[in-house]
Amino acid sequence: MKARVTVMLKAGVLDPQGEAVRHALGALGFSGVEGVRQGKVIELDLADGTTEATVTEMCEKLLANTVIESYRVEVL
Amino acid sequence: MRAAVVTFPGSNCDRDLAVAFERAGFAVDRVWHKDTALPAGVDVVGLPGGFSFGDYLRCGAIAARAPIMAAVGAHAARGGFVLGICNGFQVLVETGLLPGALMRNAGLKFICRSEGLVVGETDSAFTSGYAPGAEITVPIAHHDGNYTADAETLDRLEGEGRVAFRYARNPNGSARDIAGVLSGNRRVLGMMPHPERVVDPVQGGTDGAALFAGLAGVLAAA
Repeated sequence: MKARVTVMLKAGVLDPQGEAVRHALGALGFSGVEGVRQGKVIELDLADGTTEATVTEMCEKLLANTVIESYRVEVL
Repeated sequence: MRAAVVTFPGSNCDRDLAVAFERAGFAVDRVWHKDTALPAGVDVVGLPGGFSFGDYLRCGAIAARAPIMAAVGAHAARGGFVLGICNGFQVLVETGLLPGALMRNAGLKFICRSEGLVVGETDSAFTSGYAPGAEITVPIAHHDGNYTADAETLDRLEGEGRVAFRYARNPNGSARDIAGVLSGNRRVLGMMPHPERVVDPVQGGTDGAALFAGLAGVLAAA
């Protein structure tokens, strides 16, 4: 089985990289980009039977820094 | 007096940190990240600067889960001293031994230069060698030193006098100009600037020497 973890900065945490991407899009002539948030996607190959709860534990212990980041787990 | 300096794959300030401790009178043990115990009798653990594990995932994230860190956490829980500098500070926030997080610099650039620091608190072993409010000059060299925490945590750090150092001219966007913070028992210090790089005149400055000497003085008096 596979799982996909999406890690994003929490709402309200300033994302300077996302802001830089937004400025660059504007410089390329894409108007109307009102906000960009940059995160990361982590794909996991897991032994069959691994539970979503285990993946959530992985997020809490390592994959996300819950001080500043939120995460979403999708079992594929 | 005994110090242990931890080396992770990618640490690059570990030797400088060991030398700074030695010059202040410490016997220094070098410890590898896969070790599971600290040498007996260690008073202070130093977590050095560098790019542990290539800064993969997040700066300090993987080092914070290295085998030696369980022993460092137990040492801190016993009231032992811990000093984390630069990447070592990032490791300390990732372990939860200090609050907050260190994000990408607001200007997105790696910054490598000397900065003015204002000593915020002198009520800790690490800062006891400085005059309150003194401005010292210490180099910074980081890409992710933008200290962030929620307003409640920042208020608590300030209210409890746990902001050890502030930038005189904020280089990286850090909340409330914070350059270094103390734990609740004032025995764990994390800071982005590098005091171990200014302990000898040949390094171009000596403003960091008082940090190591202050700690040595407190330990010697104990």
